Amino acid sequence: MSNALRTIRGREHLTGWLLLLPALMLLALVFAYPILRAFWLSLFIENLGTNLEPVFTGLGNYVRMVGDGRFWQSLWITTIFTVIAVTIELVLGMAIALVLNESFRGRGLARTIAILPWALPTALIALSWQWIFNGEFGVWNDILLRLGILQEPINWLGEPGLALASTIAADIWKTTSFVAILLLAGLQSISEDLYEAHAIDGATPWQSFRQITLPMVMPQILIAVLFRFAQSFGIFDLVQVMTGGGPAGSTEVVSVYIYATVMRYLDFGYGAALVVITFLILVAVVAIAAFLLSKAQNRTEGV
Amino acid sequence: MAKLEVTHLNKTYSPKIVPVKDLSLAVEDGEFLTLLGPSGCGKSTTLRLIAGLEQPTRGEVLIGSKNVTHRSAGDRNIAMVFQSYALYPHMTVFENIASGLKLRKTPVGEIQQRVAEASRVLDLDGLMQRKPSKLSGGQRQRVALGRALVRKPDVFLLDEPLSNLDALLREQVRAELKQLFQSQNTPVVYVTHDQTEAMTLSTKVAVLYKGDLQQLDSPQRIYSHPANQFVAGFIGSPQMNLLTLPCENSHALLGEARVPLPQVTEPQPAGQIVLGIRPEHLQVGKQPDCTAVRGQVFLIENLGMSDLVSMHVQNSELTLRALIANTTLKAGDELVLSLPPQQLHWFDIETRSRIPVQPETVAH
Amino acid sequence: MAPSTPVVTKPSPTQEGVNWKPVLLGITVFLVAIFSLAPILWQLLTSIKTNADISRIPNVYFPREFTLEHYIQLFDRRPFLRYVLNSAFVAIVSTLLCLGLGSPAAYALARLRLKGEQLILGLVLIVTLFPYILLFLGLLEIVQILGLGNNYLALIIPYTAINLPLTILVMRSFFQQLPRDLEDAAKVDGYNTVQMLWQIVLPTTIPALVTTGILAFIFAWNEFIFALTFMTRETMKTIPVAAAQIGGATLFEIPYGPIAAATVLGTLPLVLLVLFFQRKIVQGLTAGAVKG
Repeated sequence: MSNALRTIRGREHLTGWLLLLPALMLLALVFAYPILRAFWLSLFIENLGTNLEPVFTGLGNYVRMVGDGRFWQSLWITTIFTVIAVTIELVLGMAIALVLNESFRGRGLARTIAILPWALPTALIALSWQWIFNGEFGVWNDILLRLGILQEPINWLGEPGLALASTIAADIWKTTSFVAILLLAGLQSISEDLYEAHAIDGATPWQSFRQITLPMVMPQILIAVLFRFAQSFGIFDLVQVMTGGGPAGSTEVVSVYIYATVMRYLDFGYGAALVVITFLILVAVVAIAAFLLSKAQNRTEGV
Repeated sequence: MAKLEVTHLNKTYSPKIVPVKDLSLAVEDGEFLTLLGPSGCGKSTTLRLIAGLEQPTRGEVLIGSKNVTHRSAGDRNIAMVFQSYALYPHMTVFENIASGLKLRKTPVGEIQQRVAEASRVLDLDGLMQRKPSKLSGGQRQRVALGRALVRKPDVFLLDEPLSNLDALLREQVRAELKQLFQSQNTPVVYVTHDQTEAMTLSTKVAVLYKGDLQQLDSPQRIYSHPANQFVAGFIGSPQMNLLTLPCENSHALLGEARVPLPQVTEPQPAGQIVLGIRPEHLQVGKQPDCTAVRGQVFLIENLGMSDLVSMHVQNSELTLRALIANTTLKAGDELVLSLPPQQLHWFDIETRSRIPVQPETVAH
Repeated sequence: MAPSTPVVTKPSPTQEGVNWKPVLLGITVFLVAIFSLAPILWQLLTSIKTNADISRIPNVYFPREFTLEHYIQLFDRRPFLRYVLNSAFVAIVSTLLCLGLGSPAAYALARLRLKGEQLILGLVLIVTLFPYILLFLGLLEIVQILGLGNNYLALIIPYTAINLPLTILVMRSFFQQLPRDLEDAAKVDGYNTVQMLWQIVLPTTIPALVTTGILAFIFAWNEFIFALTFMTRETMKTIPVAAAQIGGATLFEIPYGPIAAATVLGTLPLVLLVLFFQRKIVQGLTAGAVKG
């Protein structure tokens, strides 16, 4: 250590690590430790059956998971939720970003309004949508009835398929603005000259969108997909508050199942195994996405 | 006040990026050394190594014969003026100038006295409570100078301090700088790519190229005795004519003209030699004791004081450029130029270094 | 462009019929605004309707009577002010801690050329993608072992940590844009790295600190799962959890009015933040996500 302090670089290095250390320690405590701990805990049975004492079971929890229909169902529901929500958010987010990228009076205010949904607490937004989709007094029923689309009110959150659709709708409302913000940043970085040159060449707006806009914002699109995939795959607040996973487990996404396993059934070992598998799925998908992202970035830099 | 010395300084970032290769030089009290060279020559890195902002890979930095190689910038008692001035934007002019003194726990009374003195010298009175954003470019530059002056450092370092000023102001500040540092009796190291600044300000100039020292000399000798072909071409504007000529016996052939080679010249292995002559030293017409070269004018550029005339040398591919005052020449005209022998520079075709002409002493 | 009419750059309606573009744009902007505002406005409307109007079918869109009864009820029957203070305290303290720990780390990663900084940055980036459900089990154990249940620290510590990656990424990208000369001048003046960070670098990056701080505050205010798990005592709950549990408390009639009022109060600080700092929020989000 005294040797490192002798040189300018050595002192600089030491200071650097000292500045970094508190943050790294906190990150290790809150992110690394729980994940590693879950790997360890997943090798034990620790539930009411063992009086909450850990009993080594090896891969027993994972074997149990293979035959756990509720787990597979939650995984399937999560996948449907994620695919539908992220796809629609992307299309809708792109549309909103394109609109907000135009110049018009009051654009600042429009942008402010558009990012509002993203900034608000998900749990409270879930309450709002629970009320909107209320089977008795909900405004969604009321609108559809007045328009003549429905003949009688529907219990949106009471029917399995409809409940999932309703939670997806709420999620789309909440997070489309996040996608729009990211895509808008990408759109703003495209030079107006490109469009003008393209228009002089005789391109239609649709061709311009396909040949200039889409390729140029591809990095932002992929980043948005990456973030949204991770958030959506781990979605908890919205579903927990809106439906609690019901009716009949029809909206029970993985997070809600994990939470119930740990907090309601006090099945810590199995809950840990669920955490590990969710973590691994997430890492795998993120790795693939990151790979695609770096490829896309190389391609746009080549343009 | 102390002598600054660097010995065998080397900075290697990677095997391919070596901005400073092996630099040794010394600056005495009252000397004004300019590091001059094109961008990427290693002059700024050298300055940063002296300042302690970079760690040398090899070599040592000595200030007042104390080895400070491993001391941090703040412990070297140096002061530096940056190209962008680097004034702290959230501090007033006074706070900017006083910051270094405060950190060194200088008594308040002395801080005020020193700042007042610098403020008087630099004409900053009345600006003390302003923020840098409320100053003009010239004022900012003076504040940056003030921040260096109040420190009474052992060495002053200046990194292209004039390059952000507009042309008119630059000339005026250049003159002020010269007076200012003449009165300091402290070593000054000044980095620039502008040869006029180097020539006017310095007592010594170090010409750097690709991390190597090309020549370390007084401005006058750098101009009159360039140590090699690079320095010859880099110093002086318009650029020196540099012509690669075949040799025959004791003469070099320039078109039809035969230029006598310097007596000390060894036989040139390749049978070729580089001849240099500055455009301002070429004379119109046949002059006594001079080699005369005949040719045809193809371009005339008006530089104001005089014209820069470019000429194809007869019976060769070579061109010569000459500075001629009040000429009525036009493209296509025939022209005879004389090469005064005492103004000729000879360079080795292989080593590119100067071939001394007796009785001149070898430039070191 | 027609050479005969060089002055007119846009086709005017009189020449070529109706110009549809501004009309379409106006309609879409209106739709975007409605889409974004309607659910919040409906909740606001519900919160000031009388119970009779709330449960009227078909729905009452423009009530004749307004009431603050639901708001009063919130503060009367529940420690609602306490929830607000809990949320505010935890969010503010964790935001300040996060800036205090994250800025030095970001500076080290931006400037001090540490070995392995690419690896650290990569890990920090990946960590921003972790859903909190993966963390709560391990954190629950820590909270139990240290006896931190129903203690503000049980939220302050994780909130500080979950905002650290964003803080590090955003602040690092701001630090990298700072002119290097400024720091070099400070070094020559005799500042050591820590003094330089506090007295020169941070004061010149206050806008970046504000941007990052706003984002961290939003995330901390909105967090749900840790607050739900670690705070079980009524007086320690934060707004999102407390509001979500209003309905669960009564078995018979769901108190729609108070829920709506709680939603309005819980979202109000954030609505104000967005109104005042829209630009900064967008800037911070894109710097954190895109440039990182």
